[in-house]
Amino acid sequence: MDCKRNRDMKSPPPFPDEVLERILSFITSRKDRSAVSLVSKDWYNAERWTRTSIFIGNCYSVSPQIVIRRFPKIKSVTIKGKPRFSDFNLVPPNWGADIQAWLFAFASAYPFLEELRLKRMTVSDESLEFLSLKFSNFKALSLLSCDGFSTDGLAFIASNSKNLIELDIQENAIDDFSGNWLCCFPENFTSLEILNFANLNSDVNFDALERLVSRCRSLRVLKVNKNIQLGQLQRLLVKAPQLTEIGTGSFLQELNLQQYAELACAFNHFKNLHTLSGLWEVTSVYLPVLYPACTNLTFLNLSTAVLQSDELAKVLGHCPRLQRLWVLDTVGDAGLQSVGSSCPLLEELRVFPADPYSQDIFHGVTESGFLAVSRGCRRLHYVLYFCRQMTNAAVATIVQNCPDFTHFRLCIMNPHQPDYLTDKPMDEAFGAIVKTCTKLQRLAVSGLLTDMTFEYIAKYAKNLETLSVAFAGSSDWGMQCVLDGCPKLRKLEIRDCPFGNAALLSGMERYESMRSLWMSACNLTMNGCRLLAQEMPRLNVEVIKEDESEDCVAEKVYVYRSVAGPRSDAPSFVLTL
Amino acid sequence: MSSEADNSSMNFDETALTLGLPGKSRPSVGEKSGVKREFSEMVDLNLHKKQNNDQEHDDGSQVEVTEPAKSPASKAQVVGWPPVRSFRKNTIKSCKYVKVAVDGAPYLRKVDLELYTSYQQLLTSLESMFSCFTIRNRMNDGKPMDLVNGSEYVPTYEDKDGDWMLVGDVPWKMFVESCRRLRLMKSSEALGLGNRHTPCYKFPF
Repeated sequence: MDCKRNRDMKSPPPFPDEVLERILSFITSRKDRSAVSLVSKDWYNAERWTRTSIFIGNCYSVSPQIVIRRFPKIKSVTIKGKPRFSDFNLVPPNWGADIQAWLFAFASAYPFLEELRLKRMTVSDESLEFLSLKFSNFKALSLLSCDGFSTDGLAFIASNSKNLIELDIQENAIDDFSGNWLCCFPENFTSLEILNFANLNSDVNFDALERLVSRCRSLRVLKVNKNIQLGQLQRLLVKAPQLTEIGTGSFLQELNLQQYAELACAFNHFKNLHTLSGLWEVTSVYLPVLYPACTNLTFLNLSTAVLQSDELAKVLGHCPRLQRLWVLDTVGDAGLQSVGSSCPLLEELRVFPADPYSQDIFHGVTESGFLAVSRGCRRLHYVLYFCRQMTNAAVATIVQNCPDFTHFRLCIMNPHQPDYLTDKPMDEAFGAIVKTCTKLQRLAVSGLLTDMTFEYIAKYAKNLETLSVAFAGSSDWGMQCVLDGCPKLRKLEIRDCPFGNAALLSGMERYESMRSLWMSACNLTMNGCRLLAQEMPRLNVEVIKEDESEDCVAEKVYVYRSVAGPRSDAPSFVLTL
Repeated sequence: MSSEADNSSMNFDETALTLGLPGKSRPSVGEKSGVKREFSEMVDLNLHKKQNNDQEHDDGSQVEVTEPAKSPASKAQVVGWPPVRSFRKNTIKSCKYVKVAVDGAPYLRKVDLELYTSYQQLLTSLESMFSCFTIRNRMNDGKPMDLVNGSEYVPTYEDKDGDWMLVGDVPWKMFVESCRRLRLMKSSEALGLGNRHTPCYKFPF
């Protein structure tokens, strides 16, 4: 560039906007796009004109108007709503996160919207009808952990969304009136590629389902609910040999020899299956039919299948390429031994409790199961582990074996439980994790923990982004450490810990660089929260006030940054300070 | 069970970690340090929520209170803990699956005891389950079974202590709670488990 140019002349850009936009359209990563938009005004504009997919991690951090003003050409929207602890009933119903206002805005700004992915949002049947009617090019709907709608709403989508490719209804708390919604797909509708209704409870019309599967030749993901019996599953599989992901229904039905053979034959065709789930009420008798389909399996979700250790061992023997495994703790430590020996490529393990409220320590898994997995699966980097006993020594060995953990979520189910061998707090376990696993992004702690745990986290967990804390810590100092020492922390959720106003206020400067902070059943008062709100006007400081608590106590506090200002739709029990 | 929970809370006191707020006195009876609410408060919370939540799909969130039989009185159950999502609680709620072995059958079956409300229901179901097995045996062997002299089977179970018991002695609920596995023993083997008044179930083999 010629530096001696006359300052009054505006220097032309090095290349036309169209070229910059063309180049930027190849950038898909959110973080990269954020970075690009900060380079210069030109780049900011080029970026906003070329962004087609938007991710909103907290629906109240921004308003629909701001979004549509900045990004004119969005085709795909992902929005997350309620705080994560709403999954565990800590957030009262009717809290908010309603999608309708967004849909109104999108109907005029993005009439050609194609994808909507929602997590922990409230979605009414009216919204689903609106969606199905106003967006003629709508292709993909994914609802995870949402509420507020019923199967009637799904009927609208089925009836009206002529270009639908994906319908993914997962783990939602909805009213399940009937399975008739499935009949609403028109007979000339053939575009479906992904269909997941595994967590719906009512019966669907099997004939309608069978016809749908037959005519959707591009269907690659089919996850049915547990009302679909084995014989019916076999008929579906025969119609859709191109499936790469299968969620079976119930595995309990009595089959005669011929039916058994037909089922085995059907599964035998699935050489390219990479995901398998469902298997409700599975019995050993029928497990072998799956084996031929498991050769290329990378994700096996057995979290709804009550298996014992020997049954799991046999299945895993056929899954050499497994990368992700979800199981129930009924498989026991012995089952986890077989994970360690059969799945060398395993990267993710989730062990869910079959009986979370039982005090019986003879059920479930212990530290030895986890150890066994760590010895055999050196690539393990994601774990979610529910157990009733753990030791510091075991965890230290586990992370020595698997130093690449990015997600470590340990849930010792009895609150305040110490190392059962030494009776000491579990501080050293989490100390070992953060010292050894330098790539750690997400951590959930449990067991008896003092402030020492948080000192360790603050000192070593420099890449930590998400931290979940329950029944832990000794004083404000613990929380203060973390807020001070973890520069990349974005989400902090705390319940039942002795952290008070001093801790809350120590992080004042931090919260603007975080997505959100949740604190419930801690030692916060209304005054402390008011002070925070006063000092930090760009934060929304919300207190959920339920009748039982005293007036000055702030029982549930949700703090988040927002460019949209305080909520305009807050219910009466949400106080914005 | 309850004594184990009591022991662990006593250990907490002995290690003298101050998990509570400094200077704040807390009621010590029946309360775990660090847990803010006493059990009765939590119960009230749950019930309150139950009134607010009138959806048909009130799935599992009140499970903590509505199944008192499953939790020892000394353990206060906490809202939303362990952090297991509601839909998951539903899928695994009836998790009283036990293995059923029948002497002579080549493989075992599993039944969910929660599905039944009485011994008769369970045994009827087992009858139909295992008649199928035996038929298959017949087809494989090519030998006809002598159906006239059907074998008599005695239903037994292994309880939590590892002892083999006769099915039918204790109340149904107690049986469901303590049963770990079932075995239908050939009556010729079932010596000493009962007397001539012992019920023998004739399976239509």
